[in-house]
Amino acid sequence: MPEKLKKRLIRIAIGAGIFAGALFVPAAWKWARLAVFLAAYFFLGWNVLLKAGKNIVRGKVFDENFLMALATVGAFALGEYPEGVAVMLFYQVGEWFEDFAVGRSRRSIAALMDIRPDRATVQRDGQNVTVPPEEVQVGEILVVDPGERVALDGVVTQGEALLDTAALTGESLPRTAVVGDEVYSGCIDLNARLHLRVTRLAEESTVAKILDMVENAAARKSHSEAFITRFARWYTPAVVIAAALLALIPSLITRQPAVWVQRALLFLVVSCPCALVISVPLSFFGGIGGASRAGVLIKGSNYLEALARADTIAFDKTGTLTRGEFSVSAIETKSGTAEVLLETAALAEHISNHPIALSLQKAYAKPVDEKRVSNAQEMAGLGICAQVDGRQVYAGNARLMESQGISPAPPEGVGTQVHVAADGVYLGSILIRDTPKADAAKAIRDLKALGVRRTVMLTGDAPLVAKAVADEVGIDEYHAGLMPLDKVERVENLLGETSQGKGTLAFVGDGINDAPVLSRADVGIAMGALGSDAAIEAADIVIMDDSPARIAVAVRIARKTQRIVRQNVTFALAVKLVVMVLGALGYADMWAAVFADVGVSVLAILNAMRAQRPDKKGKENA
Amino acid sequence: MRKTYRLEELDCANCAAKMETAIGKIDGVQNVSVVFMTQKLVLEADEKRFDEILREVKAVIARVEADCRVVG
Repeated sequence: MPEKLKKRLIRIAIGAGIFAGALFVPAAWKWARLAVFLAAYFFLGWNVLLKAGKNIVRGKVFDENFLMALATVGAFALGEYPEGVAVMLFYQVGEWFEDFAVGRSRRSIAALMDIRPDRATVQRDGQNVTVPPEEVQVGEILVVDPGERVALDGVVTQGEALLDTAALTGESLPRTAVVGDEVYSGCIDLNARLHLRVTRLAEESTVAKILDMVENAAARKSHSEAFITRFARWYTPAVVIAAALLALIPSLITRQPAVWVQRALLFLVVSCPCALVISVPLSFFGGIGGASRAGVLIKGSNYLEALARADTIAFDKTGTLTRGEFSVSAIETKSGTAEVLLETAALAEHISNHPIALSLQKAYAKPVDEKRVSNAQEMAGLGICAQVDGRQVYAGNARLMESQGISPAPPEGVGTQVHVAADGVYLGSILIRDTPKADAAKAIRDLKALGVRRTVMLTGDAPLVAKAVADEVGIDEYHAGLMPLDKVERVENLLGETSQGKGTLAFVGDGINDAPVLSRADVGIAMGALGSDAAIEAADIVIMDDSPARIAVAVRIARKTQRIVRQNVTFALAVKLVVMVLGALGYADMWAAVFADVGVSVLAILNAMRAQRPDKKGKENA
Repeated sequence: MRKTYRLEELDCANCAAKMETAIGKIDGVQNVSVVFMTQKLVLEADEKRFDEILREVKAVIARVEADCRVVG
């Protein structure tokens, strides 16, 4: 607890003590009793009175301090000393709680963001020196020991280690970094010393960008926040006018001004919209903080809000729903085993650097023994012929097979088929395609479970390929063969179809080729953005790794935040309204009014703090 | 020009909202955001008159919350 709050707490405790003592002073000792109550009152409330005085001098009436002063002095004037002190005490306790809760949530959000390394160890003149990251130049060698946070972005020059990237990506599985790999600041080295050649200055590093983005996110306010600000602007004057009318009109009729003035005071106490003004931004801020911990960066409260209302989500295909690279998806053998088939193809194709050949090497996963291959040559548009282990091997498309008098198996599935024959015998075929990401289907399922009405895939690929992927991941509809400009047009059409209701349209892309579409959609989401400045720049929401399932996590966080905001707005207004009605009828006293002011604020803040808690459901499923 | 400042002792959320409204009305201010949670002021204003505008901004802030100070 900060020193300032501690002091205030002690003051409140002592003040409460004097107040308790005052209650035991016999009523007969008129002046002594008043003196003790006044002592308790001033001890508790001198700062309120002081602020109220200052504000009046500056021509600002109707602020909280002034109202509290007026209400409590009014109680003293009516001879109700205990009430006067008790209301001040209650108010101070509430204010204390409010500051305590705000301070706590500020700190816990700060802790959430506390991934900025404060020192870096670099090699200078053959020695390791520790300096602030800002002093490290590009090209210097950074030394990272196990347990340390990587201070700056760099490329591994020596060593191999497991890195915990959770702070950046939300991904709990560690990542291996070997020589030549790019490593981002903010990761934690788990097990071994790494040497990195620094590639970016501290202020341009990944961690600095992430923190900058999250901190600035709060400045892009949501509709709810704007609404609350506008609302506050007329709420307070309206309540004040109501109070004035309540003090005047019934007093003239009943000729009991004391009663009605007191009731009117109550109105003034509840006239502060604090509970709303604090808790709404706090909820959004917490939601943004919680999302960043889950590897989802949200650039503003407005985007979080728009995402919560996502009704249609459009996806790019390649690199978003699919891996974006060719890989072996099926092996059909006619003769011999699948292993032999794959090995033969990989050996024969090793001379080529065509994406298909590369995917075969990757599936083979062993180094190619070049001595086993001879006379390999590419046959343009057909495939490859080579001597493998002394056998004449042909690997390529159906036309290549037919040219060799071999009848290949009919095409199966969507993708590119590599047929393989050895010494005139057809061995079988390998199906190569861009496969969907492991969690793409789950992402769509989760989004549907969350009530996203429509999922659409937009791709430049052929309809057959698009259909296969759409079926596999369970997306509702697809539009194939689109040029980049067509995608913008499609998105505009989709926007037209969603904006009739209250829903929004989100577009998910890789952020590199999709910049125009990302900016056209209500919410542009870029995936796999870690290390890609262009993607971070173009999107409203950035998913640091390339897992589509995080979109559902983000939607869930956005919905939860939205829910909390609604709860707080409803709760605060309902309590204030009830207290005002009861107060006007004479059923609520000053205590209730103070509760409706500071008590409601505290409760709303506590509720708002839930927004930053990690998304449990997402964790279980991830 | 866009600059971010820290607001020390910004203790009241409603004041932050009031400051934002009042600063927004200052001539030359293009955009302003007063964020209670991060205690930050993001000011976007005419570059040529920035210092002059900042002085006015500080005066507005002092009028709304006397203890609040603009830092860095």
